[in-house]
Amino acid sequence: MRLHEYQAKGIFAEAGMPTPDSQLAETTDEVLSAAESIGYPVAIKAQVHVGGRGKAGGIELVDDEAEAREAADAILGMDLKGYHVDRVLVEAAVDFTDELYVGVTMDRGEGKPVAMVSEKGGVDIEAVAEETPEAIAREHVDPAFGLHPYQARRAVAEAGIESEIRRDVVGVLTTLYDLYESRDASDAEINPLMVTAENEVVAADAVLNVDEDALFRQPELAEMEEGSYVDDLERKAGEYGFDYVRLEGNVGIIGNGAGLVMTTLDLVDYYGGEPANFLDVGGGAKAERITNALDMVFSDENVESVVFNIFGGITRGDEVAKGINEALEGFDEIPKPVVVRLAGTNAEEGMEILNTDLVQVEETLEAAVERAVENAREVSA
Amino acid sequence: MSVFVDSDTRVVVQGITGGEGSFHTGQMIEYGTNVVAGAVPGKGGQEIEGVPVYDTVREAVREEDANASVLFVPPAFAADGVFEGLDSDLDLVVAITEGIPTQDMAKVRKRLSEVDTRLIGPNCPGIITPGEAKLGILPGNIFSSGNVGLVSRSGTLTYQVVDNLTKRGLGQTTAVGIGGDPIIGTSFVDALAAFEDDPATEAVVMCGEIGGEDEEQAAAFIDENMETPVAGFIAGRTAPPGKRMGHAGAIVSGSGTGTAESKIDALNDAGVPVGDTPEEVAESVESFL
Repeated sequence: MRLHEYQAKGIFAEAGMPTPDSQLAETTDEVLSAAESIGYPVAIKAQVHVGGRGKAGGIELVDDEAEAREAADAILGMDLKGYHVDRVLVEAAVDFTDELYVGVTMDRGEGKPVAMVSEKGGVDIEAVAEETPEAIAREHVDPAFGLHPYQARRAVAEAGIESEIRRDVVGVLTTLYDLYESRDASDAEINPLMVTAENEVVAADAVLNVDEDALFRQPELAEMEEGSYVDDLERKAGEYGFDYVRLEGNVGIIGNGAGLVMTTLDLVDYYGGEPANFLDVGGGAKAERITNALDMVFSDENVESVVFNIFGGITRGDEVAKGINEALEGFDEIPKPVVVRLAGTNAEEGMEILNTDLVQVEETLEAAVERAVENAREVSA
Repeated sequence: MSVFVDSDTRVVVQGITGGEGSFHTGQMIEYGTNVVAGAVPGKGGQEIEGVPVYDTVREAVREEDANASVLFVPPAFAADGVFEGLDSDLDLVVAITEGIPTQDMAKVRKRLSEVDTRLIGPNCPGIITPGEAKLGILPGNIFSSGNVGLVSRSGTLTYQVVDNLTKRGLGQTTAVGIGGDPIIGTSFVDALAAFEDDPATEAVVMCGEIGGEDEEQAAAFIDENMETPVAGFIAGRTAPPGKRMGHAGAIVSGSGTGTAESKIDALNDAGVPVGDTPEEVAESVESFL
């Protein structure tokens, strides 16, 4: 789960991290009054879950009220890489001499958190990591002990941070690691950490992505979850509790288990079709969940054909068949052709109760996918 | 022969009193697995599916000589359950639980390096040696005994590929689902090494997916250390970068690592044919034997 910049900054500030004065605003008038109380110049920053906001026009630096009005009008309501901007953060502009990078994430290969510091902040840190990895100092952290102070000092020294500000950067990194650990983050990042002419450091951005599997013990963060959906379909998937990713194609795909659903997508592509979505109903799905899944995929107007691929282990074929029947019997005319492939636990029982007047049935995965691709082709023709 | 589990494996079910725990205990016993005990804090003295329940794993080890556990404990308590298993001198712990926080698993992995216990999972379907024992939730009826080893990050994909194998008459020595999370106990390399050492395993299937670099490491291991032929499958060729495809581990980073392409290339370079479909994987295996 991603927190917005303003939410992450609030948490950082509470932990004693230096952050610029800022206020959230939803209208141009609110932007102007916020800017007035903070004092120009200010930065106006779109609060959406998108990387590279600045390049995409979602961040403007303004010097006076006229510029602020113009920027607020432009940013509020804009569509930023598919996300609607309905709030901005109005923030005191930092007069900086240097931009650093500080971050903590999980190194899955090592199975350990890694703390990172670089003097090449402010730019595309992914590009720095790829092209000049030596420009980022890294310290792997023993998760049982946490980040030792000497490790923070060593990372900051290795990164070549100037000696006047080392103590402050060490403080920022230590606080960031503590937040990463105590808030069950998957990533905690500051980019840029700005250095002022007075040799003070200020967190000019804040990233805190939280491990969704840990939300049960982070109730405060769970409540901060705010729409990070591109469209109504993804919002719907969130409400139904599906693992869902919308794609560009026209073959809707429903299956159980991430690996098998990904495989079904790949086969659609292999047989010359284009997958419209990834939708995993999960393990042990009951009839209602299957009905919801069909509702989801039918609501995608790009979908012209649907394939169901269920290999029951914990999921039961008879429950799946019941759900498909319930979903389809409500229609006078089935909106898009549906191909069903049922295997595994209670597949035979499922085949017996499946209303085959409403769906096409195939025995193998390959045949089911091929038929669904063919259906989509016929509909588009 | 087999790897990691056989008919001598004496199983304690951690979380046996829960819905999934009790249901799958019944299924495992029906399959022939030697389930000797359950362990649930505060539930000692009960009996589930004819199996005595203890408060702690240590008691199950002492009283029933258990040497492996399979864990159906809810996510909030699962890491503690795994620690208990690791701390009870078991040879093997199989964690089925989905949704254990990643930072908990980092601590588990640290502990794993200090003990002799093998951990399989979490977020996995378990392990099965057909005709001998299954620890987990795999549907036993699709497996058959034979000479093909299988290791996979995904449960349902395992079923699919096994179905393709079994329908061609290609039985299995052992099938291991290692789980789709970013941090897991047993890696592809661990399982491949065990299959290489198992004289009964004459071919191996490895099912990977996007995310992480475990498949690339496996490819290097196969290239350097394996005589047994391996056939591969990689799920997620069509996955867009930056989106999580169900599994917590299945996300392609922006910088080109962890992609299906890089994994397929690495495997091909190691002499491993990677099928475009599960059926092609079964065809490759047939050609090896």
